[in-house]
Amino acid sequence: MPHLSTYVALADRSEQTLAESLRAIGEGHANIADVFHMTGTLAKMSDQHREQLAPVVARYGEDDDVDEPERLHAAGLAEARDGEIGLLRDLQDLHVLATLVKTTWTVIAQGAQGLRDRELLDVSQAAMAQTDRQIRWFETRLKAAAPQALIVTPKPAAK
Amino acid sequence: MNDRIADIWGERTPHSKGTVWPARVDLRLDDGVNEADVDRWVQSACVLCSNGCGCDIAVKDGKMIGVRGRASDTVNHGRLGPKGLYGSTPWASSPDRLTRPMVREHGQLVETDWDTAMGRIVEVSKRLLDENGPLTHGFYTSGQLFIEEYYTLGVIGKAGLGTPHMDGNTRLCTATSAASFKESFGADGQPGSYTDIEHCDAIFLYGHNMPETQTVLWARILDRTRGEDPPRIVCVDPRRTPVAEEADRTDGVHLAPRIGTNLALMNGLTRELFVNGWVDDDWVQAHTIGVDDLRSTVESYTPEKVAEICGVDADDVRRAARIFGESDNILSTVLQGFYQSHQATAASVAVHNLHLLRGMIGRPGAGVLQMNGQPTAQNNRECGADGDLPGFRNWGNPQHVQQLADLWNVDPLTIPHWAPPTNAMQLFNYAESGSIELLWVSATNPAVSMPESARIRKILSGPQCFVIVQDLFMTETAELADVVLPAAGWGEKTGTFTNVNRTVHLSEQAVEPPGEARSDLEIFLMYARAMGFTDQDGAALPSWSTPEETFDAWREATRGRPVDYTGLSYDKLRGPSGIPWPVNEQAPTGTDRLYTDFLFPTDTDVCETYGHDLLTGGTVTETEHRAMAPAGRAFLKGADYTPAHELPSEDYPLLYTTGRTVYQFHTRTKTGRSRSLHRAAPDAWVELSTEDAGRLGISEGDVVRVESPRGAIEVKARVGQVMPGAVFAPFHYGSWDLADVAPGDQHRQANELTMTVWDPVSKQPYFKTAACRVTKIADAVGPSPAPTTAASAPAEAAASQVPATAGGDPTSSVLVPTPHYVNDPSQMSEES
Repeated sequence: MPHLSTYVALADRSEQTLAESLRAIGEGHANIADVFHMTGTLAKMSDQHREQLAPVVARYGEDDDVDEPERLHAAGLAEARDGEIGLLRDLQDLHVLATLVKTTWTVIAQGAQGLRDRELLDVSQAAMAQTDRQIRWFETRLKAAAPQALIVTPKPAAK
Repeated sequence: MNDRIADIWGERTPHSKGTVWPARVDLRLDDGVNEADVDRWVQSACVLCSNGCGCDIAVKDGKMIGVRGRASDTVNHGRLGPKGLYGSTPWASSPDRLTRPMVREHGQLVETDWDTAMGRIVEVSKRLLDENGPLTHGFYTSGQLFIEEYYTLGVIGKAGLGTPHMDGNTRLCTATSAASFKESFGADGQPGSYTDIEHCDAIFLYGHNMPETQTVLWARILDRTRGEDPPRIVCVDPRRTPVAEEADRTDGVHLAPRIGTNLALMNGLTRELFVNGWVDDDWVQAHTIGVDDLRSTVESYTPEKVAEICGVDADDVRRAARIFGESDNILSTVLQGFYQSHQATAASVAVHNLHLLRGMIGRPGAGVLQMNGQPTAQNNRECGADGDLPGFRNWGNPQHVQQLADLWNVDPLTIPHWAPPTNAMQLFNYAESGSIELLWVSATNPAVSMPESARIRKILSGPQCFVIVQDLFMTETAELADVVLPAAGWGEKTGTFTNVNRTVHLSEQAVEPPGEARSDLEIFLMYARAMGFTDQDGAALPSWSTPEETFDAWREATRGRPVDYTGLSYDKLRGPSGIPWPVNEQAPTGTDRLYTDFLFPTDTDVCETYGHDLLTGGTVTETEHRAMAPAGRAFLKGADYTPAHELPSEDYPLLYTTGRTVYQFHTRTKTGRSRSLHRAAPDAWVELSTEDAGRLGISEGDVVRVESPRGAIEVKARVGQVMPGAVFAPFHYGSWDLADVAPGDQHRQANELTMTVWDPVSKQPYFKTAACRVTKIADAVGPSPAPTTAASAPAEAAASQVPATAGGDPTSSVLVPTPHYVNDPSQMSEES
């Protein structure tokens, strides 16, 4: 299983990146109350996935030191962009990160099937379902925010 | 002659299970006036809570001088409560009514004429439409207008302007009621009926201090609990309310969960149904979806775990669950303790889950009443002046949008439906950032009633947004406006409205409005005409002018929808009683309770929403909904408990919760102008438990400072009945009746402390989950102004120092023969 441990490491790191990015975006848009609070809730989901993965990591080892594939990890979001247009782009970036998390879990779940590793299968399927909830919220919030952000230009004086 | 300040619920008329609630006529007239002196009685219904009591307005010399309950009305059987009796009419002739429009000139509001005021609105409105389009316009209304006014505004906003930014203060009071119905049953609509009270064996009141919020409904319950074969009462409330006392009397249970933990308690109760075999498996199989997911969601919530999270006794959880599991017929009622608290929608949906798991719905005595706070909140939800589309239509369903486009003869693309209509909290966010540049506020007072008052005042008074306020008085909000429009109130205009249990009443104009004040309907239509809104053929939009024409147009908008008004007319509503919808060819006399056939409006083509993730508010797509093939089955939906957003800390060690007193309504616009009600609850206070007061060195009547990270109040302390660790403040008190005090300079407004955070599904703000600290700042010079008669009563130790609240003007109550009520199941069984 030379590459499963690589992907386990990728899941762990991607969830960490997503959680950190969610918190950074939430802090950056703290004046938008629902974004502030919900990014915190969603970040906790990712924290929880990492906790659930920990015993599996202990079994397989977390092999973060491989050459294949190249460009394994995606960069996180260090800070939020400004304003309502900025929020749109931030939500899009979070969506991309979450999609990477989801497909990582998909790959791991396939591997777990092949290995008949029930623990890993349960962990990956539960995490995937939760990642869907995160993605669904990004989409819901994007749709609600888009028209106002795109069409009505806020006056700079209001900032 | 009865003092209904001292005797809130009036004399008991006890009766036994399954028999009709006896009729009694309650009456109040101004000093020195007898019934014989009254010139005219004008048919209406009370608007000082959501109960919707039928009443007649007494008119003498062109002035409203009192009210009398209508014995023939199915809602109240002639009774009225203290707010209705004392508060319905005095405000109307108050000398400080707004009688002329006002505009802001050089920073000051000055009186002007209608042409000037409306001219200014239209000029700004047209300019903004030219510059940035309709998304610059926002409307914030009320739970106090009539159907005709909501529907007209809905059409102006959705078909005339094309803005999704339209919501009501119903978002603060009743949004969770609607949201929880939609999640469970597919569409809004109260399943139960008040007549369930006569037939049930147990009543569960969840976060619902009914003795103070709906006094007449509570009187109806007391007439059962004090009669033969009484129901047991289960009370879920952090305060020791009169409901809790009645729970003790009836061998029920009082559960006082720590503030912000309702969902953990509900999950615990739900788990008990599963583990004790109280679930009706066959019924659940036939009529619901989602039982397996729900079972696994609640699996870990043992009574012991619930006890730890909620601070309640594990055996009390078991006892309450046993009452739910073993009673034949149960009525549940829910209000702000759930709606305005953490995980609001999930906790309210959990009440439905309990009923669905036992098949406890759709028959007399087995019902749910998700309450409303305001008299016409239901209509804002129905008519689409809040975050919904008219007729419980689904904004995500193109066919529903097309139906509206056909009805209004406009392009469906005009009607904003790309996402849910904007909720109130988001609306104020946009007004704050300047992307909503025109905000029109009608019949509500956000400067006092919305969370985090300092922020709301800043938004309303800032230069980034042009604010129009339409009201009866110079409220704290009106003081910050750019244009103020004088409105006619209840009794000064004609219209219809619908109470908690779907009963529609006609309220006729009794007197002329003062000065140049006009009805909200006239004002909205004046704006529409001045803007020149038209349909695709160039005809005026809206096409109607009078209240009755508007009602007839609304009726058409409900055709084929669950909220069916097609069998109603003004003439029909002039009969003996209000009539509960649906009223149509199949149900010409109205419908006492919904879902008697266990068929719910969940079909994908019918439903008002495809549903949400209860934890995040993420929306379910049409495709996903269709894949579940609900086909008339109800949804069982659960969610895990999560801790509230602001927990007590070292700096702010106590939990802060806000609420109501029986003698005041909202920001006291009407009740504060009634002599009897004002004297009963003249000023703000804060309630502490005996334990916390003792620890902090605070005695009854001491002046204390209550502080959260967002603001502070300084008021007198009532050492009272809240649970240890919690602090309760009434939210009614702003600055309008304080001489020379600007809206931001008072020291008593409860919402200075609350936080801007809302439920992810219903978008209802959480007024009941902030953290605070309390410090004493001065010794008492007498007791606090808190009433003694209900949940604000002093703790036993302090009770002797505090004079009992009393001294209401005289009223009368007369027992009369109980009439026949068309849909009342008690009387149907007599006939058969």
